[in-house]
Amino acid sequence: MHQESEIRDPLILGKKTYHDITKEIALPVEGKANKYWWILFGLSVVLFLWGIGCIAYTIGTGIGVWGLNKTVNWAWDITNFVWWIGIGHAGTLISAVLLLFRQKWRMAINRSAEAMTIFGVVQAGLFPLIHMGRPWLAYWVFPIPNTFGSLWQNFNSPLLWDVFAISTYLTVSTVFWYIGLIPDFAMIRDRMSKTISPMKKKLYTLLAFGWSGRAKHWQRFEEVSLVLAGLATPLVFSVHSIVSMDFATSVIPGWHTTIFPPYFVLGALFSGFAMVETLLIIVRKVVKMEAYITIKHIEYMNIIILFTGSMVGIAYLTELFMAWYSGVEFEQYAFLNRATGPYWWAYASMMSCNVIIPQLYWIKKIRTSFIATFILSIFVNIGMWFERFVIIVTSLHRDFLPSAWTMFSPSFVDIGIFLGTIGFFFVLFLMYARTFPVVAQAELKTILKSSGSEYKTRSHE
Amino acid sequence: MSKKLIHAIFDDEEILLSSVKELRSKNIEIEEVYSPFPIHGLDKALGLKETRMAITAFIYGCIGLTFGGLLIYYIMISGVGKSWPMNIGGKPNFTFYQNMPAFVPIMFECTVLFAGHLMSLTYFFRNKLYPGATTMSPDPRTTDDKFLMEFVVDNNEAEIKKILKATGATEINEKEQGDE
Repeated sequence: MHQESEIRDPLILGKKTYHDITKEIALPVEGKANKYWWILFGLSVVLFLWGIGCIAYTIGTGIGVWGLNKTVNWAWDITNFVWWIGIGHAGTLISAVLLLFRQKWRMAINRSAEAMTIFGVVQAGLFPLIHMGRPWLAYWVFPIPNTFGSLWQNFNSPLLWDVFAISTYLTVSTVFWYIGLIPDFAMIRDRMSKTISPMKKKLYTLLAFGWSGRAKHWQRFEEVSLVLAGLATPLVFSVHSIVSMDFATSVIPGWHTTIFPPYFVLGALFSGFAMVETLLIIVRKVVKMEAYITIKHIEYMNIIILFTGSMVGIAYLTELFMAWYSGVEFEQYAFLNRATGPYWWAYASMMSCNVIIPQLYWIKKIRTSFIATFILSIFVNIGMWFERFVIIVTSLHRDFLPSAWTMFSPSFVDIGIFLGTIGFFFVLFLMYARTFPVVAQAELKTILKSSGSEYKTRSHE
Repeated sequence: MSKKLIHAIFDDEEILLSSVKELRSKNIEIEEVYSPFPIHGLDKALGLKETRMAITAFIYGCIGLTFGGLLIYYIMISGVGKSWPMNIGGKPNFTFYQNMPAFVPIMFECTVLFAGHLMSLTYFFRNKLYPGATTMSPDPRTTDDKFLMEFVVDNNEAEIKKILKATGATEINEKEQGDE
């Protein structure tokens, strides 16, 4: 059996047996939703419907209903796109990279983190789709033999790389998630009685794909998980690198920088972990997973946030230094304008939320407090949204011709679509929390004896 | 004639594992083990062959890389690219290798796309997992907290039962193959 050092804090609290884990993880699926769930769900549905209305208005009338103008021709749409994609990255980091590093604490949170990834990428994908103006022609982005003569995509363009990267990312993450879910659906299936809930039993039988837990199947399961993790790890780094190249391969001052790929990937992990914390601190309370998602898990994530936040801070300073060092007047002005121009407040929010505030995590009391973590994670979510806004809008709004300089202000449609995606995201996540096993129970059972608090004290005696 | 089966239930994976080792050392064939989670070292103890899932992933990845390369070669260089040459952002499409750096991302994505999905499909196919399949496990508790060992009896019923009892099985049931 796997042994774990006694000085490591336990990852599963309380006196648990395998059966307790089964029962507690199946509980939210079998039980009824409480009042808070319905309130949150209702709120999310309202936001979602408002978003749908704004999307319909955009498609029906045209992109002119957004706040864009000739100078600032990319704004909230791409900001939101990058923000949502970035949020997704933490899920893959937790489920793939931490699997390769054999981090056991990943097991309690990987299911929800990956659900967040998938739902986040869905929101991200909406923005390019809407921005096309004619979303029913969206399949034109794929290299499909066509009747337009020799009309094909340009494989030199980072926008096409994005198409491939995001489709691969979304589909591979979904498959990875589902393969892990099958044994847990089987667990729920076997608990459902044929007489009390025949429909539910049927549904979970369908979802469980006939899983029976044979030794050979588990052997394949473990190898497939490992290989998928190995594939997803470079994939996740490639996705945000490619997203950053949408900007970095252009010639706009402020975008044309070689630091973008690592800077974007770290920023993505940073914002993603913040969103994981925001969600999990709520989830552990609402579906009663306090014994599995402990303060230790939160602390580990806070350390990653502290690290990535500091790295992002270094990237911001490097950008400033390189702009000055380049000696290029336009490059220098782009950064001076970011920090001191009319959008100084966006830059200041970005700097304080992303670089200064996470430094509080050096203090152990803050790092190991649920309430402090929840508040700080919201700051990071906001800060990272502003980071993308700063990069995109402040680089564009004062372009090459001073006569074209202008400001950007979002229309109600811009705001509505963004709020709509937040609603959509929470609708999906809340439905997930009621119907899916939110903790990977099969995996968790493998560490009960090495990391469960009850077993740890027993071996100590 | 239907075969006679023995189903032994265990409560703990370590006891099961030592029991498996004991039985195997006495040359008793274990038909199958059903467990709620993967047990480290069980495949070796049972004498299962190593799985070849990773090898399939490598092959599928190579196919994906080739597919991506050929797709881009046709669209950008040889086919369409020939009749409509382009030089975008200093990335000329006269030869494949000159343009190669710009093609790397999509070739990489194709590799991952093919390796990930085709391996997963192979996994579903080999494990006979599909929507609507029914479980092969004889006892629903094997997805909860019980571990089940299955034997096909071949005149050694007494011996199997003796070892099972001695090594810590909590339940030993006899079944005819085919009845549920």
